[in-house]
Amino acid sequence: MNVHSIAAIYQFEMFRMWRTKLQSILTPVISTSLYFVVFGSAIGSRMEDVGGVSYGAFIVPGLIMLTLLTQSISNASFGIYFPKFSGTIYEVLSAPISYVEIVIGYVGAAATKSIILGLIILATSTLFVDFQIQHPFWMLGFLVLTAVTFSFLGFVIGIWADGFEKLQIVPLMVVTPLVFLGGTFYSISMLPSFWQGVTLANPVVYLVSGFRWSFYGSSDVNIWISLGMTLGFLALFIGMTAWIFKTGYKLKP
Amino acid sequence: MTDIISVQGLEKTYENGFSALKNIDLTIKQGEIFALLGPNGAGKTTLISTICGLVNPTKGTVKAGDFDIISQYKAARGLIGLVPQELTTDAFETVWATVSFSRGLFGKKPNKALIEQILKDLSLWDKRNNQLRQLSGGMKRRVMIAKALSHEPQILFLDEPTAGVDVELRRDMWALVRKLRDNGVTIILTTHYIEEAEEMADRIGVINGGEIILVDDKDALMKRLGRKTLTISLYKAIEDLPISLADYPLQLSDDGLTVSYEFDAQQEHNGISHIIANLQAEGIEFTDIQTQESSLEDIFVNLVHQKDDAA
Ligand SMILES: Nc1ncnc2c1ncn2[C@@H]1O[C@H](COP(=O)(O)OP(=O)(O)O)[C@@H](O)[C@H]1O
Ligand SMILES: [Mg+2]
Repeated sequence: MNVHSIAAIYQFEMFRMWRTKLQSILTPVISTSLYFVVFGSAIGSRMEDVGGVSYGAFIVPGLIMLTLLTQSISNASFGIYFPKFSGTIYEVLSAPISYVEIVIGYVGAAATKSIILGLIILATSTLFVDFQIQHPFWMLGFLVLTAVTFSFLGFVIGIWADGFEKLQIVPLMVVTPLVFLGGTFYSISMLPSFWQGVTLANPVVYLVSGFRWSFYGSSDVNIWISLGMTLGFLALFIGMTAWIFKTGYKLKP
Repeated sequence: MTDIISVQGLEKTYENGFSALKNIDLTIKQGEIFALLGPNGAGKTTLISTICGLVNPTKGTVKAGDFDIISQYKAARGLIGLVPQELTTDAFETVWATVSFSRGLFGKKPNKALIEQILKDLSLWDKRNNQLRQLSGGMKRRVMIAKALSHEPQILFLDEPTAGVDVELRRDMWALVRKLRDNGVTIILTTHYIEEAEEMADRIGVINGGEIILVDDKDALMKRLGRKTLTISLYKAIEDLPISLADYPLQLSDDGLTVSYEFDAQQEHNGISHIIANLQAEGIEFTDIQTQESSLEDIFVNLVHQKDDAA
C-alpha cells in the first residue's frame, strides 16, 4: 500500500471539508435540528409511543440515517466529480497509485466526514430528546458500514455524472424519497399489510431498522437480515466501483 | 545514450472511431530534450497522455525506463512528471498546499526544503500562501510545473508549455528546461511553435495526422531537409537576368542589385558553380555571395506538404 499517496488524497479531501465547514457541518446540523423541533417536540408530543419508545426518540436513528445516506453520497460524489469537472483529476490518474488506493482515499474521506456528521447529529439530538443506546457497538458498526457503503455509491455517481444536474438527481429523486418512505418517521408495522409488503422492497428499510434496533432493541426487520442487506449493498457498490476502474469508464478515453 | 522511453506500434482509436495515433514507434534518449512538433490536432497530447497513463492505448507497448506503462505502471509513472496543456488547478488551494499534495500523491515523503527550492527556482516563493485563483495565467503555469517537479521525476513532459505565454515567461521557461536537463532530467515538450523546437531541442520528432513523419537530431534535420538560399549582391544593377541562366529559378530583386537562388541542400549538383560561372561569363560583377539555411518552419511546411502529396 502506498501510504503517502492515500494520505495525500485523504487529507486533501478532509481539508476541503474544513475549508467549507459552515456548509458541510452546520447546514445538516441545522436541518436535522428542525426535524427534531417539528416532528420530535411539536408533533411528537401528541403522538403515541412506538413499541414502548417515545416518538421523539423513535425518529432519532432514522434522522441520523437520513443524514448519513445523503451526506455520504453527496460528499463522495462531489469529491470525485469536482476534479473530473475541473480537470485536476489528470494528476491522480497519472500518479503511481492503484485504483484501490484512490478509492480508499476518496471513499475513506467521504465516509469519515459523514461519520463525524452522524455523531454530531447524535449529540445534537440529546439536546431535544431523552434516549439510551442499548447496543452501542452495533450502533457504531451500522454507522460506519452505512457511511462506507453509501460513500461507494456516491463515488459511482460522481464518476457517472457529467453535469451538476446528474450529481443531484440520485440523492434528490431516489435517496430522499426512499429514506422518507423507509420508516424514518414511522414503524412499518403501522402500515396496512399490503403496503408493508411493498415497503420491504425499499432497501433503506433494512438500514433504518437495523440502526434503530441498535438503539432500542426492537425492529421491524430481523437484525441479521438488516446486516445482511447492508453488506449486500456494500458488495454491490464495491463491485460497481471495481468495474468502473477496470474499464476506465468515463475516467480515461 | 540509453533509451528512457520506447514506444512501439502504439495506436489509439477513440471511442468515436477516430484514429488519433497510427502505429507510432518512438524512442527518447536519456538526458535529451526532445521536441514533438506538429500542428493542432496532430496527436501530440494524445501521445503524451497515453505514455502518462491518462489515455488507454488501443494497441502497442510503451516503456518508461524499462517499465511497461501498463503491467508495471507504478514504477513507470513514478519516473514521470507531467505538465498538461490545459491549466487545471484547484482554485481555493494555496500554492504550497497544491505542490505538497502532488509530492504526496506520487508516494514521496514530505520534503519541505525541496519544495521550497522548487518554488524559489520558479519565482513562486513569494506566492506560496496565495490561493491559486489569485494567480495570473503565467503563474499558474509555473505552479503546474512545480507540481510536476515536486516528486523529482526523471522524465518531464511539457505539453505546449509556452502556448499563450508572454515572451519573458517563455525565456524563463526555456532557461528552466535547460537547467533541468543539466541536472539529468529528460524532457519531452510538444509545441507547434517551430522556433521553440529549434531553440530548445536536441532532437525533433515531427507528428502530423497521428503519424510520426520523421525523427532526427535538430541539426541533422536542418541539414538533411533544409533548403538553402544563395544570395548574390551585384556591383551594378541589372534589368533582367541573362538568358543563359533561364534554366534556374533565380529571383532578381526590384532594385536589380540582388540575385537569389533557393536550392535543396541535399542535392549534389545544385548548380551554384554553373550560375556563378555564367554570371562571370556575362560580365556581371558581384560584391558578395552568401548562403543561408532555411528555418525549421520552411522545413516543416515542406514535410507536411510532402506527406499530404504522397497520401
Ligand atoms: N477524447 C477524444 N475523443 C475523440 N477524439 C479526440 C479525443 N481527444 C482528442 N481527440 C482528437 O484526436 C486528435 C488529436 O488530438 P490531440 O492529441 O489533442 O492533438 P494535439 O495535442 O496535437 O493538438 C484531434 O483530432 C482531436 O480532435
Ligand atoms: Mg495538444
